[in-house]
Amino acid sequence: MSYIAIVITFVFINNFILTQFLGLCPFIGVSKNTESAIGMGFAVTFVMAIASVVTWLVYYYVLIPLGLTYLQTITFILVIASLVQLVEMIVQKISPPLYKALGIFLPLITTNCAVLGIALINVTNSYGLLESFVAGISAGLGFLLAIVLMANIRERLDLEDVPKPLQGVPVAFISGGLMALAFMAFDKALLTNLLG
Amino acid sequence: MILNIIYAFLTVSVLGTLFGFGLAFASKKLAIKKDERVLAVEDALPSANCGACGFAGCAAYADAIVNAAADITLCAPGGATTQVAIAEIMGLEATGGDSVKMVARVHCFGNDETSKKDFSYDGILDCNAAAILFQGDKSCKYGCLALGSCITVCPVDAITKGEDGRINVDKEVCIGCEKCVTVCPTGVMKMIPYDADYFIACNSNDKGAAVKRACTVGCIGCKICERKFPEAGYTVKNFLSEIDYTIEPEGRDKAAEACPTSCIRIAD
Repeated sequence: MSYIAIVITFVFINNFILTQFLGLCPFIGVSKNTESAIGMGFAVTFVMAIASVVTWLVYYYVLIPLGLTYLQTITFILVIASLVQLVEMIVQKISPPLYKALGIFLPLITTNCAVLGIALINVTNSYGLLESFVAGISAGLGFLLAIVLMANIRERLDLEDVPKPLQGVPVAFISGGLMALAFMAFDKALLTNLLG
Repeated sequence: MILNIIYAFLTVSVLGTLFGFGLAFASKKLAIKKDERVLAVEDALPSANCGACGFAGCAAYADAIVNAAADITLCAPGGATTQVAIAEIMGLEATGGDSVKMVARVHCFGNDETSKKDFSYDGILDCNAAAILFQGDKSCKYGCLALGSCITVCPVDAITKGEDGRINVDKEVCIGCEKCVTVCPTGVMKMIPYDADYFIACNSNDKGAAVKRACTVGCIGCKICERKFPEAGYTVKNFLSEIDYTIEPEGRDKAAEACPTSCIRIAD
């Protein structure tokens, strides 16, 4: 599979939020305003990219030689959680501005299912190291796209006269559902039409 | 079979221990010394995170005080007590600054009964949105639009809308952050001292006749308060009375009684 196909697949066709419904917690929680949504989106992209690489290494150099592939889920959680903590510390040390932009979001995604999801999907699709990395970045960008669109919608919804029982999270879920419907337009046919 | 279980157990424990020690080592190695003064100043600040100081929150302001020598008099909610506390931490003299506690108040007493409207507004319930359209639906372009943008922006919920359609600020709750003053499109939200006795419940610079056409409770600029009670600190500028809160007033209450449209109201 070419890298372009991977990018299109994970940003549009298999968008983590709007098609696979992974990572809904930050999607609803941090989409109240665009600024923090962008921060969250980049934090997720960053973590997904690194997690893809590290979990690939752990899977192919530890789990497969030992014949313990059924431990992938628990190992990946362990790896991702420690990794995010470590990254948080490193970023805080070497780049305070970056820490200010991403730092507060990093603890929120230590055990996020979207990050675990990309690690497991990479293994299932038996991607190579670079393919996993590209898939991780693309999945993160797909998340960024969805959460920024959502934040913009929610900022406008705040000004609208929403019926009381639907105010806040309920109407956000309804909007998310409608966005997911729109994203159904992207399917495998897009890939074959674009790349033959 | 047993071997498999042992392998699995060992792998996860070894990985876990490895990561655990790695993190412990990293946290020691990468530990960042936080300036103790920043933490102390942060503790001294009210933690309202209102942004009145112009920084992104109390933590950012504390950082700026310690590392960028920011002015310590900027915290409106904390007032003099906070200033003294910060001065002590930083080894500075508390200059006092603007030590009079200020609170916000809507300088308008008009509601649907007293004030005329030019048209019926049916848009987004937000003062700034309404103000884009012919400066609001009221005939008086200086008055309170009462759609409650100030209520939304108030960090301490000090502002409420009464059943009479007027916006009230609870001065006991108000922390003086001036966010409502900034957001208000007509400028009818103004700051007055906490212990102010009276205030002018009107913001209109229109001439008397125009005010009377638009509203029954507006200041018509008749100058009765200024001429008849010269010791009370009233001055009429641009057809609107103003109170000088810095002087010791004499007969301010009598002027309030004499006001023909009774727009000099008690600031309770």
